[in-house]
Amino acid sequence: MNGVPIALYLGLGLFMFTIGVVGVVIRRNPIVIFMCIELMLNAVNLTFVTFARYQMSPVPAGGMARESSMMAGQMMVTFVMAVAAAEVAVGLGIMMAIFRLRQNIDVDELNILRG
Amino acid sequence: MNGALPAIEITPSLLMVVALAGIAALAAVGVIAFNNPIRSALCLVVNFFMLAALYFTLNAEMIGVTQVVVYTGAIMVLFLFVIMLLNLGAPIVKPEAKEPQTLVGLLLGVVLFGVVGSQLLPPLLSVVKVGAADNYGSPEALGRTLFTQYMFPFEAVSILLLIGVVGSIMLAKRRI
Repeated sequence: MNGVPIALYLGLGLFMFTIGVVGVVIRRNPIVIFMCIELMLNAVNLTFVTFARYQMSPVPAGGMARESSMMAGQMMVTFVMAVAAAEVAVGLGIMMAIFRLRQNIDVDELNILRG
Repeated sequence: MNGALPAIEITPSLLMVVALAGIAALAAVGVIAFNNPIRSALCLVVNFFMLAALYFTLNAEMIGVTQVVVYTGAIMVLFLFVIMLLNLGAPIVKPEAKEPQTLVGLLLGVVLFGVVGSQLLPPLLSVVKVGAADNYGSPEALGRTLFTQYMFPFEAVSILLLIGVVGSIMLAKRRI
């Protein structure tokens, strides 16, 4: 798509990241907190793909070849997705274990580590 | 930046991207605004679909398809299953009352958005020229790079996913 300013995509990425941060701070349901973390990861992914598309620097950074600097952003997005999948699987497993232990997963009630 | 905003030409593609971005932003707000986690999860699904469409507008087809398959297909189904298994209705999580942390969180968000946005976005408002080739996001280009230059990270991620599978089974099993 031509004629779309890069700031539109970056603005959406920033907005989604902010919403994710706010959600982690204000919500107490750990599943919603997890969703907000996913929102932040996706905001970063969008920023990566945007910069990969627009390629603003005339000289590739770090002396990389033109070809590989073109693909670096998308590779990062691929790996972020894979790591996010592993993170969600383990995190939801932890949540199941806590629920079995306490019958309650409100994050304000989980204070057994308090000294 | 110096003076007036650069004139941005209104094109159909610009309008489409604005519409997709607007729906994505609304869905993101819905994730934290709804009290019921099921509604939050469904808002997140909408957001992920809109993001996939935005990846298509950026010509990153492979990433867009992966987004739909991995996020909306796998991760969100996992979320919904856990919400169902935990039966997260009203009694388990108390209704979230008005608290100082809500106000502080919203203030933090406004400050974060304002500071980063005001510093980073204005110089980029006039950048409309795309630098990458049109087929930079095709499955062929992505696969060629992934299986040559990024072979080692690819294998490392596969081991990470294996550990994740084993770990989540260990955690969720009733008795080991």
